[in-house]
Amino acid sequence: MLQVVNLKVRVEGKKVLNGVSFYLEQGNTYVLFGANGSGKSSLLNTIIGNPKYEVVGGRIIFNDVDITEMSPEERVKLGMGIAFQNPPEVDGVKLKELLEHCRGISGLDREEVEKYIEMLNMEELVERHVNKGFSGGEVKRAEVLQLLVLNPELVMLDEPDSGVDMENLSIMGRALRTLLERDKKKDERTKTSLIITHTGHILQYVDADYGMILHNGRIACIGNPEKILEDITEHGYEGCVDKCLKNVE
Amino acid sequence: MSEERGVKDVAKDRLESVGIILNPEKRSGMFLQVDQSTAFASPLYEGVEVMSIRDALKKYEWVSDLMWSLVERKQDEYTREADSEDVNGYFIRAMPGAKIEMPVEACLYLKTLGHKQKVHNIIIAEEGSELNIISGCTSHPGVVSGMHIGISEFFVKKDAKVSFTMVHGWERDMEIRPRSTAKIDENGVFISNYVLLTPVKLVQMYPKAYLGKNAKAVFSSILLAHEGSVVDVGSYCALQGEKSSAEIISRSISTGGKVFARGQIVAEENDVKGHLECRGLMLSDEGEIHAVPELETKCSQVELSHEAAIGKIAEEQVFYLMCRGMTRDEATSTIVRGFMDVEIKGIPDSLRFAISKAVELAARDIL
Repeated sequence: MLQVVNLKVRVEGKKVLNGVSFYLEQGNTYVLFGANGSGKSSLLNTIIGNPKYEVVGGRIIFNDVDITEMSPEERVKLGMGIAFQNPPEVDGVKLKELLEHCRGISGLDREEVEKYIEMLNMEELVERHVNKGFSGGEVKRAEVLQLLVLNPELVMLDEPDSGVDMENLSIMGRALRTLLERDKKKDERTKTSLIITHTGHILQYVDADYGMILHNGRIACIGNPEKILEDITEHGYEGCVDKCLKNVE
Repeated sequence: MSEERGVKDVAKDRLESVGIILNPEKRSGMFLQVDQSTAFASPLYEGVEVMSIRDALKKYEWVSDLMWSLVERKQDEYTREADSEDVNGYFIRAMPGAKIEMPVEACLYLKTLGHKQKVHNIIIAEEGSELNIISGCTSHPGVVSGMHIGISEFFVKKDAKVSFTMVHGWERDMEIRPRSTAKIDENGVFISNYVLLTPVKLVQMYPKAYLGKNAKAVFSSILLAHEGSVVDVGSYCALQGEKSSAEIISRSISTGGKVFARGQIVAEENDVKGHLECRGLMLSDEGEIHAVPELETKCSQVELSHEAAIGKIAEEQVFYLMCRGMTRDEATSTIVRGFMDVEIKGIPDSLRFAISKAVELAARDIL
């Protein structure tokens, strides 16, 4: 459903992705690992169309449509969604107004939106201005709530678990399982997701199908997510990538 | 007096754009002045008086003593000009203890091209009363040039509360010079909101408030300067009584015009508080915004602060909203609308609605 072909990206003149290629199959959850500065956030930002990230080579194909040149809004309308690691505050705009806009895109009914608000414990927060004065955990919950209402086919999550305490993590975990249809049978799942996690905490709640490592601006290996996380913990990113490459050889 | 004018002479959509709805069921009083004539002046609620200043001068001897008691008659050439035989204006008074949440609406309408409208208003909230006023000032379609000089003197007595929301809707070649002052007695509250979102040649005003013991004043302005407009708006608060407090908030946007957002809080007594907040948003490379916050104290036990910030729309916010499915234009106007959304406390919902409707229209037209 998502195909990234030899993607090369620059930001403010600096090379951040250097020929990334991979393919995501519908219904699967992928975890993207990588050291700090390896380009994980750059990859997600490029896929959603952040204008700061200049594509200098390669293509992004989503459901057989070349979206490389499209605006973020067009990509969202095609069924992509992203939860940011550090989203900005939007003064004067209530979270519920933004949710109403998301609902306009997805066509979800109001009761369903209310259900999600309750699920994430956001009854009071939706009356506040977007991300204004939110705690770390509240920001993450607000991001996931927006995605639940937007209901995209491809879900991208940039560090949904960073700065989240245990209580918030379990609320988030439940919401993410709903968002990614992890409680459905494997062959009934239609949602595809790409998750960046530094700590791996979220994997206690969301069982991923595949893990990938982004290294030196390219995808270095793909495999069992728990195994990759174990190797990273044991050997570090470099060691894990070396091991992966040896396996390939 | 000039020729008689009536409701037939005004364009209702112009009135609506400045919050005037001409619906007696939703107002506690109504006043309409067309050029210099009173079209109607009707109190609709017990405890509220609404009449033209001309009638008030006939009815009460003491009104002439109030006129020019707060605004200096010889302050400048405009006050001198307003001090004329054919001046009109409104007299609105809440009787002692009368709490009237439903707003009084007062409209000053400029009908004749090139006319110089002179207005002198007296607003009184007697002891323990509450008064909410929406004052809409606008001009007839096609009346592109003219002048409006409005003198307003507010008397907020002990334990009284006045909220005054003024919405202006003018045309490119108009010059607007309001001159107003409020005297707020012990425990009194004065909330003044000013909204200007249409083109104008010049608006220049600097309303003042003098606060007594434990009195409170809040001035909020939402200003949009279109190309060719000069908007010079500020507020001055003198904290003269202990425990008095003042807040001055402004949001200015330039789409090519010049804005001077001024504000001054002067502490003349100990144990007082004041805060000033000026924020500006530049939507064009042509315009100018000057934020001029001033704080002054003559006493040591005071708490005065200000914050001022001017910038352009953050590209990060636009991108964020686009990731929720908004087009670039939708995202920009959402941000602009949010910027202008000053949370004004202490006014009835109907007035809040009038302000947000004006803001909504302006945000849509801005792009």
